[in-house]
Amino acid sequence: MTEVCIVGIGIHKFGRTPERTGMQQGAFAVRDALKDAGVEWKDMQFAFGGSAAAGSADALVNELGLTGLQFINVANGCATGGSALLSAYSAIKSDQYELGVAVGFDKHPRGAFNADPRAAGLETWYGDIGLMITTQFFGMKIQKYMHDYGIAPEVLGKISQKAFHNGSLNPNAWRRDEIDMDTIMNSMMLSNPLTKFMFCSPAEGGVSLILASDKVARKYTNRPVYLKAVTMRTRHYGSFEVFSPYQAIQRADSPTVFASKAAYEMADLGPEDMQVIQIQDTESGAEIMHMAENGFCKDGEQEQLILEGHTAIDGKMPINTDGGCLANGEPIGASGLRQVYEVVAQLRGERGDAQVPGDPKTGYTHVYGAPGLSACTVMQV
Amino acid sequence: MGKQIAVQEGLFTWPSDNPQLIGRKEKSTGRIYFPAIHNYVSDEDSDEVLLATRGTLWTWTIQGFLPKNPPYKGLEGPEDFVPFGVGYVELPGEVIVEARLTTANPDDLEIGMEMDLVIEKFMTDENGDDVMMFAFKPAED
Repeated sequence: MTEVCIVGIGIHKFGRTPERTGMQQGAFAVRDALKDAGVEWKDMQFAFGGSAAAGSADALVNELGLTGLQFINVANGCATGGSALLSAYSAIKSDQYELGVAVGFDKHPRGAFNADPRAAGLETWYGDIGLMITTQFFGMKIQKYMHDYGIAPEVLGKISQKAFHNGSLNPNAWRRDEIDMDTIMNSMMLSNPLTKFMFCSPAEGGVSLILASDKVARKYTNRPVYLKAVTMRTRHYGSFEVFSPYQAIQRADSPTVFASKAAYEMADLGPEDMQVIQIQDTESGAEIMHMAENGFCKDGEQEQLILEGHTAIDGKMPINTDGGCLANGEPIGASGLRQVYEVVAQLRGERGDAQVPGDPKTGYTHVYGAPGLSACTVMQV
Repeated sequence: MGKQIAVQEGLFTWPSDNPQLIGRKEKSTGRIYFPAIHNYVSDEDSDEVLLATRGTLWTWTIQGFLPKNPPYKGLEGPEDFVPFGVGYVELPGEVIVEARLTTANPDDLEIGMEMDLVIEKFMTDENGDDVMMFAFKPAED
């Protein structure tokens, strides 16, 4: 059976790049990925791409070449990159194509997103009185989690500190400076218990991946990274999601739990096998909860794992080794593919100062976003 | 003097001496949704129900910065913005509803505490009418 490999990776630095549009950052990332795989745009048989706020991905052909290829736009909120990758995976897995590209890019204005209630299927009153704010959801979800499992606020700070440390080792990250615990803990309280430095910000950036069938992959790289699983799931009745005027008393697991389980099943590997891990850290509380939701520990075990440094680059469970969303910001269309870029770079042993020791062979990525969806991948060399 | 009008008709009984939130109960599943005006379920398979006015605090946060306008309609600016509490309140056996809280002091809020529904002024609109919203406040008895 055909296997799907990642044979090229490309990135446009995250953060703020006033001189380039989001689309140009996407094109930059594609060129970077093509170069990495030693191929040309005209070799691409298909493309899947997405951006939430920087234009239609298929307009990239204007920048990259009018070769007539199939180019499908993907839009799935924070899972846009994951969905583009899933689509590319299926295109190759089905033997329809052998070589193609997934791309995600974005460029958001400063500050929190100002979501439109109507676009989320809600009435305007919800936004009128100040409930249409994603940061509130993040604050409330981790508030309850810390209460239920007895996790100290200090743990939130430690996660941010780690993120900025890892960002300082990543030339493509937005935030390159370390930030100490006192500064993180005492910065402005945006949404209790989360302070300013515990949140990521909307940002800019682009990422692209070249995918190939295993039959041809070695033509392009001597270390193909096998995409063993890529899954995407939406919410069930009773999961706690952003922009919810009500919730069910009967509780259900988050979409992450379902996407994650499906990914392990598809890869025939478990969370204990993952050697490099990227999970959605929209804010530092999300990293705590997503550790458990993705199966890396039980609820409540995070405090010890984090405070003892096990989630650091040289720990036994390296998480968000490129600084995650906290250090990279979140250009929605590019964010999920950034995680995959990082895992591929780690599995190739190309991350220099930020290289996970011990020649890792497996990696995992996870995105979560509004209005309650998640996409996961498992990779292996 | 202006009138007191609801920020959205159909969210809560108004005007009323004993206002209640208006939910919708699905006949086939018994599930309760809020608000009733939202089309979570079909009209044929559901009835409006008035929800309990006392519940327990399920989780909470404090909105610490001025929300962007749009969609926020509050008239405060960065200088006079006052943080406000937001939470989910579990109405026993019914549903968990999201609402603004009457306090923004973290010391006043504890998960599991009893909360009561109140209708309070959100802002004065361009006609001089008071726009009323629902909120929950820590129970006093």
